[in-house]
Amino acid sequence: MCLGIPGEVIEIHPEQRDLAKVNVSGVRRMVNIGLLCDDPPAPGEWVLIHVGFALSKIDEHEAAAAMEFLEGIGQAYEDEIAAFRESLIE
Amino acid sequence: MRFVDEFRDADKAHALAARIAALCEPGRQYKLMEVCGGHTHTIYKHGLEDYLPESITLVHGPGCPVCVIPMGRVDDAMHLASQPDVIMTSFGDMMRVPGSKGSFFDAKAQGTDIRMVYSPLDSLKIARQNPDKRVVFMAIGFETTAPSTAMTMLRAAAEGLTNFSVFCNHVTIVPAIKAILDSPDLRLDGFLGPGHVSTVIGCRPYEFIARDYGKPVVVAGFEPLDILQSIYMLMLQLSQGRSEVENQYSRVVPWNGNMVALAAIAETMELRPYFEWRGLGFISQSALRVREKYAALDAELLFEVPGVRVADPKACQCGEVLKGVLKPWECKVFGTACTPETPIGTCMVSPEGACAAYYNYGRMHRNRVLEITQVSRS
Ligand code: SF4
Repeated sequence: MCLGIPGEVIEIHPEQRDLAKVNVSGVRRMVNIGLLCDDPPAPGEWVLIHVGFALSKIDEHEAAAAMEFLEGIGQAYEDEIAAFRESLIE
Repeated sequence: MRFVDEFRDADKAHALAARIAALCEPGRQYKLMEVCGGHTHTIYKHGLEDYLPESITLVHGPGCPVCVIPMGRVDDAMHLASQPDVIMTSFGDMMRVPGSKGSFFDAKAQGTDIRMVYSPLDSLKIARQNPDKRVVFMAIGFETTAPSTAMTMLRAAAEGLTNFSVFCNHVTIVPAIKAILDSPDLRLDGFLGPGHVSTVIGCRPYEFIARDYGKPVVVAGFEPLDILQSIYMLMLQLSQGRSEVENQYSRVVPWNGNMVALAAIAETMELRPYFEWRGLGFISQSALRVREKYAALDAELLFEVPGVRVADPKACQCGEVLKGVLKPWECKVFGTACTPETPIGTCMVSPEGACAAYYNYGRMHRNRVLEITQVSRS
């Protein structure tokens, strides 16, 4: 929960500009990018997501490192991804 | 030994370790606290203590949001969940946290409508889909999750949803650090500052630690090398007699934090005069509650909340573990009565908890490892 999961921004919602579709390890879901409204991420950029909200922009290297960290924590990461998969943000 | 070379930059790690060792004054003992549970996790996963000289001890701090929720609040949440027409929503991490009458999972098994959500926004969606129910979101976490709750409240208010509320249990990290600094049990030499909390609050709030307490703080990333690098930065400050706030994780953490997130928190929440932390007791101005302006979203006002204080189980030594006074394996029930499957205390529940990290990676005290390897060599 406190651990951010890295996602690549795929597209910004055409009507709701504070939502973006992201790809997290092959799972595509909407997240809220309203906390980054001062410097919104563009498709192709990476963000660190906490409980459905992108909290910071990161580069690809950082995303890979964050992913490695998460994969290393095992079950908790799987739970987090499973929860993310279930999420229905709109 | 498996854990010594298990990460890819072992050479860099050894080089950093040598530089750290070179900064240790002979005869001086150093105690450095990693505030964040994510750091604790990396430290145990990669056996980072084994890279450090004997004179440096890493002390685990209170930065595990699930670990610090007191039993009474779990009981209060359980009471809320049992009210007519209520759907309680909670992060998965919270589901196994024991209250005095069991956990959310236990209550769910007995038919209480408690649903696990990934995001407070999912909770909002459940509220929209169930207009005849009252949906309560169990909000927990430090400044990393508080902005999400705040943004969700703003959204609920904008939509005029009347069946959504928040049971606010957000805590703030700085007062907890201050409580630890003021506690007579522990003398610390420096802090590894939390990475993700700092993306929100920035580095400024730690300045009092350097200024008023004369202890260095280095905000650290989560990779093994980040942590070793941050320990090196702390040791360099100590060896030069400096105490400053430095940002090792500047590739993610802006010095001033995230202004939008801070503004959302400030708009919707305010400091409580005091709040109880599991194991640490009451700490003043250490938690957030919903502002009066958003009273319609405050579960504490909409429902009767018993607010009973429940003492931790006798066997539980989480308080000492959270303060860094005891190592997890020193707790009498560690690994026997208390395991991740049957947690007695909170530190065993979350992967960010020190006990769970110890348990999962089978770490023991360094001296024990030495003893064992010496025996096997002879
Ligand atoms: S072993 Fe269990 S009871 Fe003991 S400190 Fe850890 S979590 Fe608490």
